[in-house]
Amino acid sequence: MLKIKNLHANVEGQEILNGIDLEINAGEVHAIMGPNGSGKSTLASVIAGNEDFEVTEGDIIFEKSNISELSPDERAHKGIFLSFQYPVEIPGVSVTNFVRTSINQVRKAQGLEAMPAKDMLKKIKEKSELLQIDRKFLSRSLNEGFSGGEKKRNEIFQMAMLEPKLAILDETDSGLDIDALRIVSDGVNNLRTDKNATLVITHYQRLLDYIVPDFVHVLLDGKIVKSGDKELAKVLEERGYDWIKEEQTARL
Amino acid sequence: MTLKDKLISSYLLFEENVDMESDIHKHRDEAIKFFEETGFPTKKQEDWKYTSLKPILKQDYNFFPKKEDALDYKDVKKYFIHDIDTYTIVFVDGIFSSQLSNTTHELIDACLMSSALNKDKYKPVIDKYFNKAVPEDSMVSLNTAFTREGAYIRIPKNVAAEKPIQILNFSTGNEEALMVQPRNLIVLEEGSQVEIIERHQSLTENPVLTNVVSEVFVEKNAKLDYYKIQNDHTSASLIDNTFVKQDRDSVASVHTFSFGGKLTRNNLNFYQEGENINSILKGVTIIEGKQHVDHNTLVHHQQPNCQSYQDYKSIFSEKSVGVFNGKVLVDKIAQKTDGFQSNNNILIDDTATCNSKPQLEIFADDVKCSHGCTIGQLDKEALYYLQTRGIPHKEARALLMFAFANNVLSSVKIPEIKKRITKQIALKIGVELGFDS
Repeated sequence: MLKIKNLHANVEGQEILNGIDLEINAGEVHAIMGPNGSGKSTLASVIAGNEDFEVTEGDIIFEKSNISELSPDERAHKGIFLSFQYPVEIPGVSVTNFVRTSINQVRKAQGLEAMPAKDMLKKIKEKSELLQIDRKFLSRSLNEGFSGGEKKRNEIFQMAMLEPKLAILDETDSGLDIDALRIVSDGVNNLRTDKNATLVITHYQRLLDYIVPDFVHVLLDGKIVKSGDKELAKVLEERGYDWIKEEQTARL
Repeated sequence: MTLKDKLISSYLLFEENVDMESDIHKHRDEAIKFFEETGFPTKKQEDWKYTSLKPILKQDYNFFPKKEDALDYKDVKKYFIHDIDTYTIVFVDGIFSSQLSNTTHELIDACLMSSALNKDKYKPVIDKYFNKAVPEDSMVSLNTAFTREGAYIRIPKNVAAEKPIQILNFSTGNEEALMVQPRNLIVLEEGSQVEIIERHQSLTENPVLTNVVSEVFVEKNAKLDYYKIQNDHTSASLIDNTFVKQDRDSVASVHTFSFGGKLTRNNLNFYQEGENINSILKGVTIIEGKQHVDHNTLVHHQQPNCQSYQDYKSIFSEKSVGVFNGKVLVDKIAQKTDGFQSNNNILIDDTATCNSKPQLEIFADDVKCSHGCTIGQLDKEALYYLQTRGIPHKEARALLMFAFANNVLSSVKIPEIKKRITKQIALKIGVELGFDS
């Protein structure tokens, strides 16, 4: 589904991604772990198409087409979704109006008619129940005054509404208490099929107890230096990242 | 002959049709003298630095339209807030239209200035309030000199008006160019409440100049919500002079929605004359082309423990010009004043202009006053966020502009107005949203 080849990216001339190779197939859950500043969030932003980052080398192939030059909305139309670490507050637009606009813009890009209001309401009801979101919440301004947990739940609600092929969850667990973490992970797990894939970006192993990955990759200095299965995450939790750094130095 | 000369000479003609022996006429006489001395404001005056009246003073206006033109309700229905029950006071070319109006004297007075000025039973109210909230100002004097008609609203003690009151002023275009000067008096007695909607609308492209004065008195513990809808032809100009005097524990809000007109100048002054008063001034301006909107506000904090909240948001495109001049004056005695002022402007292209000038004059030492003014572009981070949700750049921009303006509406209490204005904003910006939620 997603194939990243030798990806280099920089921001304001500083190289952050330093040759990433990553392949994600339908039905898989991948986790990217790494210390602060290793480039995890940058990788998420570059896949989503954030124009603040400049791709200097390499390609991002999504479902056999090169998406490196596409705008963020065009990538969303192809089925890529990014759950933000810090969702943006937009006073003046309700959650409902926002989600409606979003879905209908994606449908328009795919040559489909706008979703009938009745179907939209039904879907909103179904997905908000999945994430235990109160109806009143939906008429509030997007993310304005939301708690950290509400913001993250709202991100996953949008994901549930858009049903992307590839969902990238950037530090979705930060700011969540244990109950909210469970609701959010249950939501994500519920949306999993053998046709979509999930890329979880996280600092801690905690989230991976709930969203169990098939593959775990360690990102250091803008490079994937180690890959393994879910056991690797547990080792990282126990031993931190220093031993990998030492391994790397030894190899050099 | 200049417009000033023409106005002064027509004053004699005007006098033939009013009661020259009345007390009111003394006000008129003084006012015309003041106007004769001062004339129209010019750009040399600080308060008019960015707004020139010159282009609109060139017209050969008629001041006294001959007859009331009968309008069909169905032709003007769209200018009424018609989905809810209201009292309506309607003027056509400055003359009261009984056929389009729904006035009342039951419990509250929502009727005509002309009868209030002439009937004895209103005399105590007129004596107490008429011309008592206005500052020395040439445009106000001009209006006072020609005071004859307008809306008269009085809400007695402890009465909450059961429906909103609409004041509508239509101009038909029967005159080639028309100048009208409505004079409104609004009195909320102690503990009373009312919602008012005001609109000036021309029905043709013939030039119209409206110089309206509204004096508003909000007595102890009373509550006013006043909505001004300004969405006129590009041949119509409006100088709105609104003066709100508040007594202790009262709350007054004025929302001004400016979506069109050749030149619109809003002089909006609040005078806080008691403790624990709250004054709210909000505005949304969205204009394009050769339109000009100028908000000139004053909040005068004269007593301790009061609040004021100003929030003006504007979007300007294609050669339009915006002005915001917001003055907050805090007297020495007005300790614990909480004054907030915010003016945010978005310029869509290089040809639009915006002048924003906050002015704070604070003589008390224990106050909280903040102000912020921005002239800029849309938030890049928010644009990116919307784009990752599949909303293309152009639509994302429109949605953010809509959000920017729409956010001011949170304090609008009449759902019908909120809905209409929201739709109007969406229409102006070209964003399509479903409004069933």
